[in-house]
Amino acid sequence: MSYDKTALINRYRWYELVGIYAGIAVFLTFVLAPFVEGFLVSLKPLSQLFSSPYRFFPENGSFDAYITMWDSVPGFARYIFNSFFISTIATLVVLLLVVPASYAFARFEFRGRGQLLGAFLAVNMFSGAVLLIPLFRLMRSMGVLNTYFAMIVPGVAFLVPTAIWLLRTYMMRIPRELEEAAYVDGASYFYTFRRVVLPLAMPGIAVVAITTFIGAYAQQFIFALTFNSKTEYMPLPIGLFAYFGRQEVIWNELMAASFVGIAPAMIVIFFLQRYLVSGLTAGAVK
Amino acid sequence: MQARQSAIIFAWLLIAPALLYITAIVAYPLVDTFILSFTDASLRKTTNWVGWVNYEKIFNDTFATVIVRTFIWTFFSVSIKMIIGTFGAAMLNTAVPGRTLFRVLTMPPWIVPMAIGIFMWGWMYNGQFGMISGVLQRTGVVDGPVAFLAYGSTAFWATIFTDVWIGVPMVTLYMLAAMQAIPQDLYEAAWTDGAGRFYRFRRITLPLILPAMITMSMISLISTFNSFDIIWILTRGGPSGETTTMIIDTYHTAIGSKKYGEGAARAVLICIFLSIFCVAYFRVTSRLSQEHAR
Repeated sequence: MSYDKTALINRYRWYELVGIYAGIAVFLTFVLAPFVEGFLVSLKPLSQLFSSPYRFFPENGSFDAYITMWDSVPGFARYIFNSFFISTIATLVVLLLVVPASYAFARFEFRGRGQLLGAFLAVNMFSGAVLLIPLFRLMRSMGVLNTYFAMIVPGVAFLVPTAIWLLRTYMMRIPRELEEAAYVDGASYFYTFRRVVLPLAMPGIAVVAITTFIGAYAQQFIFALTFNSKTEYMPLPIGLFAYFGRQEVIWNELMAASFVGIAPAMIVIFFLQRYLVSGLTAGAVK
Repeated sequence: MQARQSAIIFAWLLIAPALLYITAIVAYPLVDTFILSFTDASLRKTTNWVGWVNYEKIFNDTFATVIVRTFIWTFFSVSIKMIIGTFGAAMLNTAVPGRTLFRVLTMPPWIVPMAIGIFMWGWMYNGQFGMISGVLQRTGVVDGPVAFLAYGSTAFWATIFTDVWIGVPMVTLYMLAAMQAIPQDLYEAAWTDGAGRFYRFRRITLPLILPAMITMSMISLISTFNSFDIIWILTRGGPSGETTTMIIDTYHTAIGSKKYGEGAARAVLICIFLSIFCVAYFRVTSRLSQEHAR
């Protein structure tokens, strides 16, 4: 009965449909225009790029820039490797810290739990920029400037809060009875955590791992900009930024390089979008 | 669960690694920033205690202008994000064919490495050959090329617009989740009483997503206030400082000029503003949840 009603309510008149699709078109144009334009630029030969008047579609478009960029951005493959390497290590460290902590926040009652969780979440309030000065001095005195370490360690701290929040929400949904049964059978807290809780939490851990990896991949900028100046350690955004900062930018190659660089993220979105949407918005609205 | 001593110890053991990490990488530097802000720390070997000098310098400096500019920048960016995001959510909340695809297509600016999205905007703002200038000329809105990033006023709005673009997907998906949490029977009841679509949106959807809108505005306020990458890549705070926000100015002072003490004082000021936002955020959300409970 209620299903029928829903169907009736959602039946649109033709002009409503036109209005909705027009609204969606305007909205998605705003969101996607830079990608479309960037892609078309990557297909245009330079001579056409630097000509007036402006033309939207490329004439004699080609994928040449995707080949020549490997020569003009010498470190490109290395940048992509660095980006992946930094994101992977950061994700592993985040999981090591967050999996036990979220279990404690989800299950155990102890004094100060709420305040402590709040303190973790408050980390998100500061951007890295506020903490740069002491971190910079600390790293310089430890002699770790210009290493992967200097880029990974501060980045991890800013990925922890969201990850704790997501995984805690997931773990609270695991039924308590299984753990209680384990305790009745004489299992220790640690054994129960490892053998009962962890296997059940695996899907949640996977979602957190994916969102953390994407976050780590997307947000490599300020720490890499400040704590590393060696070309061979630069992640993709910084490597391209160095190239972008030069006087004469070879735009079609820059755009081609950008598209190769974002391809991994795009592939992830496409295959995991269902988990992503639920993961990114989980806990946001009750 | 049993609130036994051993359970509590176990819980603290579980939290200890994360807690130590955050203490070392966030809490300690925060305290250190505060201490440094009262010194003349720089690249020199010696560091002297200078009291309030750095703070006095801030207000004699152009920094007051920077504070005002940061607030204007943040205000417009957050407002526009909320308007476009809520509009997008309302559109994606309709039951039209293809909506799943449209929702996925909203995400790229959020998921893609931020810097790369900004490079694309850098090209679009290009005066001679960029898309926006080109389209405006073609349609006859402007006569000659407009180099958006070369003039203070246009650069200011260009950086806001790019910040909006990066922030919109999150607002949209959040507001969409809020809209989908509204019980369907409210719409059915209104529909039975003959309420039209716009009436239902105005009288059911809008009031019920208001708490989520307020929460999202506060979250967005904090992240927008901290925005660094966009301005740094597009203008580095230029031309002639017209897009310099507090974060950018702090970076220039501390990392660019190596005046750690003066930079730290600016960072402390940013932290104070952020704390005020945060307190306001908790006040507002707790009041909202109380009203809901009633």
